[in-house]
Formats: sequence, C-alpha cells, structure tokens
Amino acid sequence: MSTTILSTRGLTKTYGDGESLVRAVDGVDLDVAAGETVAVMGPSGCGKSTLLHLVGGLDRPTAGEIHLAGRRVDQLTERTLARLRRTDVGFVFQAFHLMDELTVVENVELPALLAGRSPRAARARATELLRRVGLAAKAAALPTALSGGQRQRVAVARALSNEPVLVLADEPTGNLDSAATLDVLRLFEELHEAGQTLVIVTHDERIAATADRLISMRDGAFVDETRLTGGTSGRLGALAELEG
Amino acid sequence: MQQEVVLALLAKEPSHGYQLRARLRQALGPVGEAMNAGQVYVVLTRLEKAGLVTTESPAPATAKDTADRKTYALTAKGQHRVAEWLTEVSWPKPDLAEFHLKLVAAAAAGLADPLSIVDTQRRELLRRLREAQRAAMAEPDGSDAALLLEGIVLRLQADLRWLEACERSWTTRRSAP
Repeated sequence: MSTTILSTRGLTKTYGDGESLVRAVDGVDLDVAAGETVAVMGPSGCGKSTLLHLVGGLDRPTAGEIHLAGRRVDQLTERTLARLRRTDVGFVFQAFHLMDELTVVENVELPALLAGRSPRAARARATELLRRVGLAAKAAALPTALSGGQRQRVAVARALSNEPVLVLADEPTGNLDSAATLDVLRLFEELHEAGQTLVIVTHDERIAATADRLISMRDGAFVDETRLTGGTSGRLGALAELEG
Repeated sequence: MQQEVVLALLAKEPSHGYQLRARLRQALGPVGEAMNAGQVYVVLTRLEKAGLVTTESPAPATAKDTADRKTYALTAKGQHRVAEWLTEVSWPKPDLAEFHLKLVAAAAAGLADPLSIVDTQRRELLRRLREAQRAAMAEPDGSDAALLLEGIVLRLQADLRWLEACERSWTTRRSAP
C-alpha cells in the first residue's frame, strides 16, 4: 500500500453569490499516491487551474479539506501556508515565471535561499538540479537567452529546489513547440522514475497520455478517470499504416 | 461505404431506400456529396443476400422503380451485427465518416449512448498516443524515426480533439429535451 501524498475531500471554491454564484471547484475528492503522476484535463474554465491553486496553497477553498503529506493544510495561517508553499510544493507554470534579471542558476537557487538554506548549499543544490535537467552549461546565462523549452526546464529545476513532496504544473507545455514539449515530457518522466509525485493540469493530450492516471474535469467536478499504465501493444506499425 | 452504416440506419425503423439516402445526406452534408445515389441500393442488395435485411414490396410490384418502393428492415442477424459494430473500435483506419454515422445511428435508434461510444474510442486513442509518445521520448533527438513518431502523435492528437468536439456536441444534444 503506497502512501497518500495529497488528499482532498469535498474541495469547493465558489465565486460570487446568489444568481451569479460560480462553482469553480465543486466538491472534488482527489487522492494522489506517492510517486504517482496524475494529469487533470478539461476545457478552459473547467476549474482545473483553480484546483491546482487550492492544492498548492495559492488560493483558499470555500469548503472542504486538503491534506498534504498527512497534514491538514486548508486551515493554516497565512504565514504557515507561505512557508509550506516554499518548502513542500514546487510550482511549474505555463509562462515559466522566471526572473529575467537573475541568471539561470540564481533563479534555481532562489527558493532554497528563501527557505533559509546557506548560499553555499543553495548554489550546490541549484548546480546539481541544472545538471539534472541538462542545462549545466547555461548556469550563468540570463533566461532571455534560452529557448522556451530550456526556460521551462529551468522552471522545473527551480520547482525542485527544496525537494518538495509534490510538484504542481499548470499547462507546462502550453507555450512550447513539439520538440520542446518532448523535452519537458522526458524530464517529467525522469522525475517520475525518481519517485517524484506530480500533478499536472493541462489540455495537452501528450501529457495526459503519458501520466499514470488521467482525470477529466468539467464544470468544477471530476467526470471520468482513466488509468493508462501498462505495457505497449506493439502496434506502432498499425499507427503509421504499415499494416492493416 | 460501410455496409454497417446502412444497417445501423435501419435499426430505428424499417425504411425505404430513398429515406436512407436522405438520412445519410443529412448526417454527412457536403462530405456525402460524392456519394453515388445508387450506392445505397447496391449495399442494400448485398445486405439482403447476406440475410441481414429483409424486404417487403407493396403488391403488386411493378417492374419500374421497385427498389424505391421496397421497405427494408433488419433481420435478427442484422440487429446483432449492428450491436457488434457499435462497440467496435475502428481506429487507426481514420474513417471519420463511419464513426460519425455510428454516433448518429446509435442515437437515432436508441441502441447505445453516443457518449459511451466516444468514451471507449477516446480511451483507445489515449492508449495509442501513450505508446507513440513513449516511443518518441525514447528516440534520440533528430532521428528519422522521431519525425515519423511525431506525425503519428500529431494525428492522434487531432483525432482526440475531434472526439472532444463529439463529446461536447452529444452532451448538449442529450441534455436538450
């Protein structure tokens, strides 16, 4: 039996009231096991980004519970929540959110510095992470000198800075071309193999297809769940119309 | 044209050949324009020989126009074939018209929920996309095979997006009175 890293019960976020009440997230029960990669898919406005923000403590739920690594986190004070965001959760965004005036390695070490690590330890960790995402040679470059795919890999390295129990990604390939998407998918796969727990919201079918579990979301609620693990069928030939 | 498409259109009720043609025209719009008017009758004759449909002619049959006056109906064997066809997953042969007509026919005859047909198809495509994507991720950058795999991935993505459109459309139709 694997450990549950993330668990929500009746998670709800509403905006407005009366006639104009919007249920952005509507009673979501989600359990994510340690080491699992879960993709949440759905059309724009289905509530998947709001869900991610709630889970990551970027936003507060209207109702329901969130448990992260065995600890209830939806009622924490703003200060404790801020610390949790820095140390327990790593975020990857569609628009990368790198600081353009800092070098690549400075971006990656920033969360470790903010969490109170020594500059030396933070730099060592950042250098190791950049090596891991294949960008050791770009440590001293500014983000603006990198391609979109490289920037997203820097953002992933930064998300891992404090060894978070959970990495949350919001449309991580939304701004990337085919080749860069492949790079990011490979990186996620490596994280997955290293045991990292990942929750990715996306409308990119390629991410969805490579996750362990795919959840479809509509109007704030989960409507379908598919487990896609398993071996290959050896039917790639048929897909390229070599056969049949 | 797929024989099963014609069979499935008969599942709702026995029909004349021209009624089937009209339904196909309605379901396919400009996509069906290239379809020869006689094609439906060719298929119907084949289906009759295979014991999948029966015909009823108004007596007395005249030599002229008999094809159009006949009423075609499914036999038990035909019913069975339609049910089978609805659950078949036909990708990667990308016969979009056949899949579309499957949904139209399933809904018209109340034989199956179009949304569950879409769902089955979607899971199958996702499994294939997973396979192709994993193969692509395992290729070194710039390999010839990577380019082919990218083509497969892009096509499957396009198919999945169309299925999403199917899902949206049939969800709306189902919730409409």
